[in-house]
Amino acid sequence: MSTDRERIRQRVIQRRRRDRLFAFAGLAVMVVASLVLLSLIGQLVYEGMGRVSWQFLTSYPSRFASQAGILSAWIGTILVMLLTALTAIPLGLGAAIYLEEYAPKNWMTDLIEINITNLAGVPSIVYGLMALGLLVYEFHLGQSFLTAGLTLAMLILPMVIIATREALRAVPPQIREAAFALGATKWQTVRDHVVPYSMGGILTGMILALSRAVGETAPLITVGALSFIAFLPHPPLTVEFPFLSTQWLFDAFTVMPIQMFNWVSRPQEEFHTNAAAAGVILLVMTLAMNGLAITVRARYRRRIHW
Amino acid sequence: MQIHITPALKAEAKALSFYYGGAVQALNAISLGLADRHATALIGPSGCGKTTFLRCLNRMHDLYPGNRYAGSVVLYPEGVNIVDHTIDPIEIRMRVGMVFQKPNPFPTSIYENVAYGLRIRGSMARYEMDAVVEQSLKDAALWPEVKDRLRELAYNLSGGQQQRLCIARALATGPEMLLFDEPTSALDPTATARIEELVTELKQRVTIVIVTHNMQQAARVSDYTAFMYEGALVECDRTEKIFTNPSNKLTEEYVTGRFG
Repeated sequence: MSTDRERIRQRVIQRRRRDRLFAFAGLAVMVVASLVLLSLIGQLVYEGMGRVSWQFLTSYPSRFASQAGILSAWIGTILVMLLTALTAIPLGLGAAIYLEEYAPKNWMTDLIEINITNLAGVPSIVYGLMALGLLVYEFHLGQSFLTAGLTLAMLILPMVIIATREALRAVPPQIREAAFALGATKWQTVRDHVVPYSMGGILTGMILALSRAVGETAPLITVGALSFIAFLPHPPLTVEFPFLSTQWLFDAFTVMPIQMFNWVSRPQEEFHTNAAAAGVILLVMTLAMNGLAITVRARYRRRIHW
Repeated sequence: MQIHITPALKAEAKALSFYYGGAVQALNAISLGLADRHATALIGPSGCGKTTFLRCLNRMHDLYPGNRYAGSVVLYPEGVNIVDHTIDPIEIRMRVGMVFQKPNPFPTSIYENVAYGLRIRGSMARYEMDAVVEQSLKDAALWPEVKDRLRELAYNLSGGQQQRLCIARALATGPEMLLFDEPTSALDPTATARIEELVTELKQRVTIVIVTHNMQQAARVSDYTAFMYEGALVECDRTEKIFTNPSNKLTEEYVTGRFG
């Protein structure tokens, strides 16, 4: 009897040891991964932080590293992101709502669904080539902000659709039934309940998709980003009626990662420091967007728990 | 089989059959009258088709593809067949309310929950809506508990209060018939008693159909009881007759707890 108990105890000790071993292995992997990431960020900050200044943010690129800045790059990034968001969000939201709530379930929608999932995995350079052929050569939109915004919109559209569908699906069917049972139409149910209640997930998905687009370089090089722009685009707001101008859409553009890429590929050490500094700013922009996503999600989570 | 219902009918199923996904038959030629401004209870073992039958009465099955009705359900007084595919299910759901098994308030305020049925029907003056919301909450015996917190989230209410809120939400649009799908199965005995009381009061002015697993509940709240088994109606009669002296052997075995 007592040997039996002894044997059970031995087994338990053995199993516990394996349990701890796995926990330790997991911890080790996590530490290595975060150390690598932290040291990369640390090196970037160490190299570039000294160069981040007001002058750096408000100057155009220059032949002289110490006079160069990222004014046209960060304004370009913001404008391109704006265009990307304005195109990808309504299209993605509409497509996701249609696919999730309205489309009949048949081979056609299955095919579309598989294709959207696959499109999310297509390398971004392929989108660049497609945009070059379609937007630049076919539609003659030029190597412009409009082309850049639309290219990145195409790139993130599948991600927006997938994230939105995910969020819509999280609304329990009982809520839909409650609305339908009161005599609501499908559109009323979607507009008044399904979309508002999944807004947290939808916004999170959109911000994360945009924060991926912020760092994209390859497709924009393909469609003809310039890396030396010593002027700002035409202002989108004007003093005369109708106060909005679309001329900037057709201006030549650059964005932060393009500027960095250009600087990194120069031989002079000082330009590498500039690239690191721009990297710090880009990192801050991305972290801010991710932070916003987390805040939005937390805010909606607090309000709605099924 | 004979159905002993003397008062006027609000609705009447005539040889109603129902098929899930176009193939699986869940109801087999049900003929059942629902007495106007009385409560009819649907009882029977799990999977007998009670809920399926209930959800035919407001065309909830139309929300999912492939479902098919055969036969008819006539809604009185005008005698329209509500399962006819030419009749818009939304029109039916405007007239027939439903309360679900698990309380399912919207994650909005108490006020908005009750007002939603009114909002989807079109614009309404503010004071008018306030009045309807208040009256509905009173009718659902919830007003004294929530009158000072109408702007609060409905999720802050207890389970029983949430279910009464769902009843108020269904009542706000003045339905002619109210369907209850096991409304107390997720509630404690006290909350259950309050809902039962409420059903007993409501049946004075609305036709009520209630699906229940609890036979005491059927006996307490309903005037008529229909016993279903394997997708078919076995017997429907006055509730006291079903529970004391049923005509069918199967009914007797079920109500005395020998199976199911």
